[in-house]
Amino acid sequence: MSESAISVKNVKIQYRVMNKMSLLKAIMNPKKFSKTEYFEAVKGISFEVEKGKILGIVGKNGSGKSTLLRAIAGIFSPDEGEVDLHGHSISLLSIGVGFQNALTGRENIFLSGMLLGFDKEQINEKLDEIIEFSELGDFIDRPVKSYSSGMYSKLAFSITAILETEIMLIDEVLSVGDAKFQKKSYAKMKQLIDNKDRTVIIVSHNSETLKKLCNNILWIHDGEMKMLGTVDEVLPKYNEFMS
Amino acid sequence: MKKFINDIKKFWNYSSYNVKAELKSEVAGSFLSWLWWILDPLLYMLVYAFVASVIFSSGGTPAFLAFVFIGLNCWQFFNRVVRNSVKLVSNKKSIVTKVYIPKYMFIFEKIGTNGFKMIVSFIITAMFMVYYYFQGEIVLNFHMLWLLPLLAMLAIVAFAFSVIVMHFGVFVEDLLNIVTVGLQLVFYLSGIFYDITRNLKNHPTIQNLLYYGNPVALIITNIRNTLLYGMAPDFAALGIWLAVCLVISIIGVKIIYKYENSYVKII
Repeated sequence: MSESAISVKNVKIQYRVMNKMSLLKAIMNPKKFSKTEYFEAVKGISFEVEKGKILGIVGKNGSGKSTLLRAIAGIFSPDEGEVDLHGHSISLLSIGVGFQNALTGRENIFLSGMLLGFDKEQINEKLDEIIEFSELGDFIDRPVKSYSSGMYSKLAFSITAILETEIMLIDEVLSVGDAKFQKKSYAKMKQLIDNKDRTVIIVSHNSETLKKLCNNILWIHDGEMKMLGTVDEVLPKYNEFMS
Repeated sequence: MKKFINDIKKFWNYSSYNVKAELKSEVAGSFLSWLWWILDPLLYMLVYAFVASVIFSSGGTPAFLAFVFIGLNCWQFFNRVVRNSVKLVSNKKSIVTKVYIPKYMFIFEKIGTNGFKMIVSFIITAMFMVYYYFQGEIVLNFHMLWLLPLLAMLAIVAFAFSVIVMHFGVFVEDLLNIVTVGLQLVFYLSGIFYDITRNLKNHPTIQNLLYYGNPVALIITNIRNTLLYGMAPDFAALGIWLAVCLVISIIGVKIIYKYENSYVKII
């Protein structure tokens, strides 16, 4: 039997619905301020992803996909149930996290990399590769605020793509920069995803992308699991449901 | 508690790197660069030296400028850390929604950056003290060594207040206005320009209330007593406030762990 990389067991996630309010409103209406309403975004979902497999998650807007992804990434803990990553390193692919605009590209590689959970040595090892992939040249030692938006996203993408983790969570497949870099970044993504040792979860609305990349599909509807199966089993039914 | 220690270990490297990054980015690109770390407090202190010596009278307080600077250094630190904490979670939105980091680490970062500035200010103050030493207004004594523990305690007090305002700052939109006014009040009640123990001798009730009821005033007074007047710290009063602030900090950290999930959705 193949090894499991992600085990999600009966995960429930609730939000305390607390709205921002002014102090005056809070004092005039203390009950409303202290009363907590709960909204259940994920209602008991369980699944396993085997090591090296690629799972796609589909569902309409507001069905709880991104919430589930964030819970797996550990951005917050589930209220019930558990997520077990069996000791694998994980990252939610998001670009430009924690950038300081006044600092140079090189300094931001360290800042962003450390925030993603890597230590200085690990980043140092990959530093040249990141700089090369980003195609920034001498700009790497200039402040990020002097970058064009294309250069900014090239650097941001390179950091996340080169500092790889064993499990990658992707909220919509990214393609950034000019046409040439888009091709390159898509190819890099595909290479990362296709790696036999890497486990990937992709949330996307694009059926074509999912068909090309995934082994299995999980369909979530209103926070509940509607269907889990191979691409050919789930996607046609999902498309039919959505049309 | 175990989770707290593990999380601190895990995120310490990032946070300390970020402290350096923030300090750097504040002066990056400016003409005088890192000189601003010294110039900024120095100019600020010169303004207050003028205000304090010309407009206020020293009232016979020995080493008056050093006396005022000690108060100001501590106050600036406390004021900046607490005020910045109110909107801290929403200001860090881009990080909070993308990776997990215990939110109180942001307060540690503020304590780090502002602590660095406070240390620089104290080094400048030390130069003034050298002057007063040669004037014979202060004497060297081993109680001066209490400065570092007292500053550490000031950091704990600042953390205790910050953790509470940071949590409520997520939900209450205009909390910053209230906190700003509150801090302004505490500023005047902390004896920055006057000596609580000496100038208020005729009003013992007010004096006791300010000294024992306001931890910032208590710490400032004790730092002055140890640095300038060769007195031992008031261990009993400091000990009680340390215990109170530690309890508030523990409760604050627990509250943050409990509500962190909802922060992401609200901001």
